[in-house]
Amino acid sequence: MALRIIGCGNADRGDDAAGLLVVRRLRALGLEAIEQTGEGVALMESWSGCADVVLVDATAPAGSPGRIRIWNAHAETLPKDALPRSTHGFGVREAVELARSMNCLPRSLWIYGIEARQFSFSAPCSEEVERAVSSVAETLRKLVRKSLQPPPGRIATR
Amino acid sequence: MSGERSRTIKVETLARVEGEGALYVKLKGGQVQDVQLKIYEPPRFFEAFLRGRHFSELPDLVARICGICPVAYQMSAVHAIEGALGIPIDPGVRLLRRLFYCGEWIESHALHVYMLHAPDFLGYPDAMAMARDHRSAVERGLRLKKAGNRIVVFLGGREIHPVSACVGGFYKVPSRRALLELADDLNWALDASLATARWIAGFEFPEFEQDYEFVSLSHPEEYPFNEGRVVSSRGLDIDVSEYEGSFAEQQVPYSNALHSTIQGRGCYMVGPLARFNLNFDRLPEVARQAAHDCGLQAPCRNPFRSIAARAVEMVFACHEALRVIREYEPPPAPRAEAAIRAATGQAATEAPRGLLYHRYALGPDGLITSAKIVPPTSQNQSRIEEDLRHFVSGIASRPVEEITWKCEQAIRNYDPCISCATHFLRLHLEGG
Repeated sequence: MALRIIGCGNADRGDDAAGLLVVRRLRALGLEAIEQTGEGVALMESWSGCADVVLVDATAPAGSPGRIRIWNAHAETLPKDALPRSTHGFGVREAVELARSMNCLPRSLWIYGIEARQFSFSAPCSEEVERAVSSVAETLRKLVRKSLQPPPGRIATR
Repeated sequence: MSGERSRTIKVETLARVEGEGALYVKLKGGQVQDVQLKIYEPPRFFEAFLRGRHFSELPDLVARICGICPVAYQMSAVHAIEGALGIPIDPGVRLLRRLFYCGEWIESHALHVYMLHAPDFLGYPDAMAMARDHRSAVERGLRLKKAGNRIVVFLGGREIHPVSACVGGFYKVPSRRALLELADDLNWALDASLATARWIAGFEFPEFEQDYEFVSLSHPEEYPFNEGRVVSSRGLDIDVSEYEGSFAEQQVPYSNALHSTIQGRGCYMVGPLARFNLNFDRLPEVARQAAHDCGLQAPCRNPFRSIAARAVEMVFACHEALRVIREYEPPPAPRAEAAIRAATGQAATEAPRGLLYHRYALGPDGLITSAKIVPPTSQNQSRIEEDLRHFVSGIASRPVEEITWKCEQAIRNYDPCISCATHFLRLHLEGG
């Protein structure tokens, strides 16, 4: 299966929508990407069977709204307080770490974190986060295009 | 006395999301001086902003109150409005609502049993650490939760904040054949729930009992989901419409959540252990056997055994879901309607965490003029504090890390919506 892109968040909680907005940008370009609330079990199901996965989520405000951080799940443990927690504290970080404990991480799993300014109810995304959403969406667009390239030596048929 | 050692245990930050709170315990000379479960999550004013909205919007609005038990909020709301307007419910719709609730109980209980509470009993800091040594158990828990999610998605369109429930029924109902597609999953889930009960039988439970007043719905023929009288282990037996005459909500200065009490008697417990104790004889044989297998007997007054009650309720929910699938006949219409009029309606249903009471008053145009919502966590707050007060007295001489760990475990007995946070407590010890 090609690269799976999963955006997590809550569209009604300000910058928490960042991951969802990235997904919507990609979909508008005709690329496949899925939205998730960030609930851990559903997240594990949504990457089940996928070899290469990119997660996009908002990270907790830490003074640099819009900052983009990228973690390689195979190389490092996700920081405890950076990623927002989902229902009952079983969210993105917990899903990744649980999968690691059970030796069932995808072959590659990258997490793109976009630092939030605020998680206010019904608030729109902050300007800095909107810019970061555009940047991450463009990066992933290129990544998807690259993943769709045939392996060297093969001839593309379409 | 000046010579007595004084210790203050402060847990300052319970994480955001569904609940934000803190724990404060003050000890002096080995005696508990004060316990406060502080819920400082900002109020969301649901009861206020529901005023002026049309009752038909209610199920989708109240579903947003909780990400893990939106079905419960929808069910209490639609039953209250249906009661107010005298809308009859078709038996097929009634069965589907029970199935809807089964899905929510299975997913909620599986999450709490496996991901949040079991690590306490097996000596792990969290489910991730537990999974290294108990991989097959964790896989079972994840698949159980998925089975519950599947029911909610099937009936509600999506797993969180489902969108199909409406006053009078559903926007769309499934065919009998479509419903049968859930059977294989549920047959597996029933076996897995029985395995869960056997797994829990091997846990060690702290020796701790309290003289609780248990409160739940009670139905003459069924283990309760959507209907019944409000009963207690001390003789309370009232129609839901009399709820506010027997229960009171009080504000405490340190918490943004109201504390519920039974008038003239004080705190009480709602939730799986209360339901189990008050409705044991209405459990199917397979669930009663599961209770026996994990050493749970009614009445059980040890709150740490609530994890076993959740396992028994998972067995019940899987068994009940299979019964619904066998007996379901689609209703002639997905939903019933009635003339709009000024009226007031109350309803209580059994959320995974316990009794959930709603009251709404409607104007002649169908707009909501007042709303009252009493969630289970609010009802259990005083009881949690009371448990901690007595429980900490028995372990006051232990190291502060151990006291904190045990306090968190005791709080998680109730699976409160702030339980997410209790895994991430920060603790300070003062005095000496």
